[in-house]
Amino acid sequence: MATVTLTNIRKSFGPNEVIHGVDLDVANGEFIVIVGPSGCGKSTLLRMVAGLETVTTGELRIGGERVNEKEPMDRNIAMVFQNYALYPHMSVFDNMAYGLRIAKTPKAEIAERVANAAKLLQLETFLARKPRELSGGQRQRVAMGRAIVREPDVFLFDEPLSNLDAKLRVQMRLEIKALQRKLGVTSLYVTHDQVEAMTLADRMVVMNAGDVEQIGAPLEVYERPASLFAAQFIGSPSMNVLRGTAAGALVTLANGAVIEAAVDAKGPVIVGIRPEHLAPDPQGPIALDTTMSEPLGWNTLVHGTMGGTDSELVASLAGVHRESELQGTMRFSVAASLTHLFDAASGRRLGG
Amino acid sequence: MSGMVEKRGVGLWLTHAGLILGVLVIFFPIWLAFVASTVTQPEIVRPPMPLLPGDQFFENYREALVSGVNTPVARMLANSAVMALGIAFGKIAISLLSAFAIVYFRFPGRQLFFWLIFLTLMLPVEVRIVPTYEVVARFGMLNSYPGLIFPLIASATATFLFRQFFMTVPDELAEAARVDGARPMRFFWDILLPMSRTNIAALFVILFIYGWNQYLWPLLITTDPSMNTIVMGIKQMFPSGDDVADWPVIMATSLLAMLPPVLVVILMQKLFIRGLVDTEK
Ligand SMILES: Nc1ncnc2c1ncn2[C@@H]1O[C@H](COP(=O)(O)OP(=O)(O)O)[C@@H](O)[C@H]1O
Ligand SMILES: [Mg+2]
Repeated sequence: MATVTLTNIRKSFGPNEVIHGVDLDVANGEFIVIVGPSGCGKSTLLRMVAGLETVTTGELRIGGERVNEKEPMDRNIAMVFQNYALYPHMSVFDNMAYGLRIAKTPKAEIAERVANAAKLLQLETFLARKPRELSGGQRQRVAMGRAIVREPDVFLFDEPLSNLDAKLRVQMRLEIKALQRKLGVTSLYVTHDQVEAMTLADRMVVMNAGDVEQIGAPLEVYERPASLFAAQFIGSPSMNVLRGTAAGALVTLANGAVIEAAVDAKGPVIVGIRPEHLAPDPQGPIALDTTMSEPLGWNTLVHGTMGGTDSELVASLAGVHRESELQGTMRFSVAASLTHLFDAASGRRLGG
Repeated sequence: MSGMVEKRGVGLWLTHAGLILGVLVIFFPIWLAFVASTVTQPEIVRPPMPLLPGDQFFENYREALVSGVNTPVARMLANSAVMALGIAFGKIAISLLSAFAIVYFRFPGRQLFFWLIFLTLMLPVEVRIVPTYEVVARFGMLNSYPGLIFPLIASATATFLFRQFFMTVPDELAEAARVDGARPMRFFWDILLPMSRTNIAALFVILFIYGWNQYLWPLLITTDPSMNTIVMGIKQMFPSGDDVADWPVIMATSLLAMLPPVLVVILMQKLFIRGLVDTEK
C-alpha cells in the first residue's frame, strides 16, 4: 500500500508532446479513475507509472520514493492489461505464480497465495486450465489474480473491461470495486467509459488531449464540472451547451429566450444544462422543436433543436412517454442552481 | 438424388484409381531399388531385371552397414546425422536469438543488421562456396564436423520466419512479463520459446532434411572417407574406371539414406499437426 505522486509529468514521443504536465496526488488506498476519449494519453500516463514508458520530465513517486528510473518490477506495482496478456502456454496456476517464481518466493507460499487469490476470484476449479479454455470473464479474473498474488503497493488497470460484453462488464465492474475495497490497495484505473469512471472512482481524473481537465470525486465532477469538456464528457446523454450573452444573473440565448443562471457574468458565455434537468413547463423559457424521441423505459430522451435556432437540444424525461405526447414544440424551464456557466473563449467554469 | 449418389460413387472410384496409379508410378523406382538391394550382383546385370525381391536382403544390408564400398554405411549415416542435427539445431538456435534481438531490442544499426541478414537470403551456398572453402580450410576445419556444420548454420530464412512470428506476439505479453520481473532472457526462455514450439518443430523437419541432403559442401571438404556423409557417399560408391559397380550394396545404401528423413517427418508430423489444430494465441 502506498501513495502515488505525479509532479508535472510530461511525455514526448520524438518531437510530439502527448502529456502536457500532469500533477496528481493519490492517497493510500484510493481508487483513481483516469477517464478521457481515446488518444488523450491515458494509457501513456498509466504506463509511465508502471515503468513501461520513460518519463520525459517531471517526478514520479510511489510510497514517497522517486521511481522514475526504476524497472517495473522494482516499483512493486501490478498491471492488468486490456487484452489480459495471459501467457498462452501456461496454466492458470502458472500464470498467477509466474511473478512469484521469478521473485524466488518459497513454493509453499506461492501455492498458498495463488489458492487465496483463486478463492477470492472463484477460479479454484480452473487452476489447471490454459487461458484459451476460459471465457472472457474468466480470463479477466485470471489477469486480476495475477495482479493480486503479487500483493503490490499499486494496482494499475488499462481498460480491463473493454473486451467484455455489456452484461459481463457491469458484473466485473462491481467485482473490481468490491475487490479493491476489500484489499484496500491504491489503484489507478484507465477507461474511456464515463459510467465506469462514475461508478468506480473515489476520485476521477478527466483528461483531454494530454491535459488534465479536472480532478475530483464523481459527483463533484457531475455537479460542478470545471470545464466545458469535463461537463460534456461526464453524464449521459451529454450536457446541452447553448451560446448566450450574460448580464448579471440573466443570460439571453440565441433565440432571445432569457434564463436565470446561478452566477453573475457579463458578455458572451456558454450555458450548460443537463438533459435530465430540463423540466417540462408550458410557460418555460426554453423551447424544443422535437425531431425524435428514444424511449428507454426508465426515462425518455427527446431530441431536437432549440426553438428558432439550429443548436441541438436533448431533454430527458423521467418515465415512459408515448411518441404522440412528444410532438411539435415542447417548452422547458430549468432551476437556476442547475445551470452551469462557462467562459465562451476558454471553456472554463464561471463562478463557484 | 440417388443418381447423384451413384455418380459420386463412380467418381470416387475413378479418383481413387487415378491416385493409386499415381502412387504406383512414383513408387516404382523405389520398389526397383528395394528389389535390387535384395538380390545378387549377377542377377541384376543379367536382363531382364528382376521385379520380385530376392533372398539376399540380410546379406546385402549387413555388408552395406558394416563394410560398404569405401566406408561402412553405418559410419556415413552417423556422419550425416551429426551434420543434419548440427545444422538443424544450430540454425534454429541462431535464428531464434537473432530474431529475438531484432524484434525486441532497439539498438543502433538494428535495421541495418536485419537487412544484412535478409540479403544473405539471396546468396545460395553455391555462390559463396569458394570463399567459404578458403575460410574453412584456413581454420583447419577440413574433414571435421565443425567444418561440415558451421558454414551452413546461418539462416536468413529461419531468422525471417521467427521475426514474423515474434511480431505477431502481442507487445503486452512482453510487458506483462516485465512487470512480473522477467529479464529479457527469462522472457525468451519462459514465454517466447514455448510459444514458438510448433514453428520450431516444423522448421526442424525442413532443416533436418536440408542438412541431410547436403551434397556439394561435404563433397568439397571431406577428403577422408571416414568423414563422408551418406548422400555424397552414394556417389563415391560408383567405381571409377572399368570396375563393376556393386549394385545391391549401392541400392541398399540408397534405401538406408532415405530412412532417417522419412522417420523425422513421420515422428514430427504429430507434433506440428497438433500444433496447427489447436493454435495458441
Ligand atoms: N509508442 C508511441 N510512439 C508514438 N506515439 C505514441 C506512442 N504511444 C502512444 N502514442 C501517442 O500518444 C497519444 C496518446 O496515446 P494513448 O496514451 O495510447 O491514448 P489513450 O490510451 O488515451 O487512448 C496518441 O496520440 C498516440 O498516438
Ligand atoms: Mg489506451
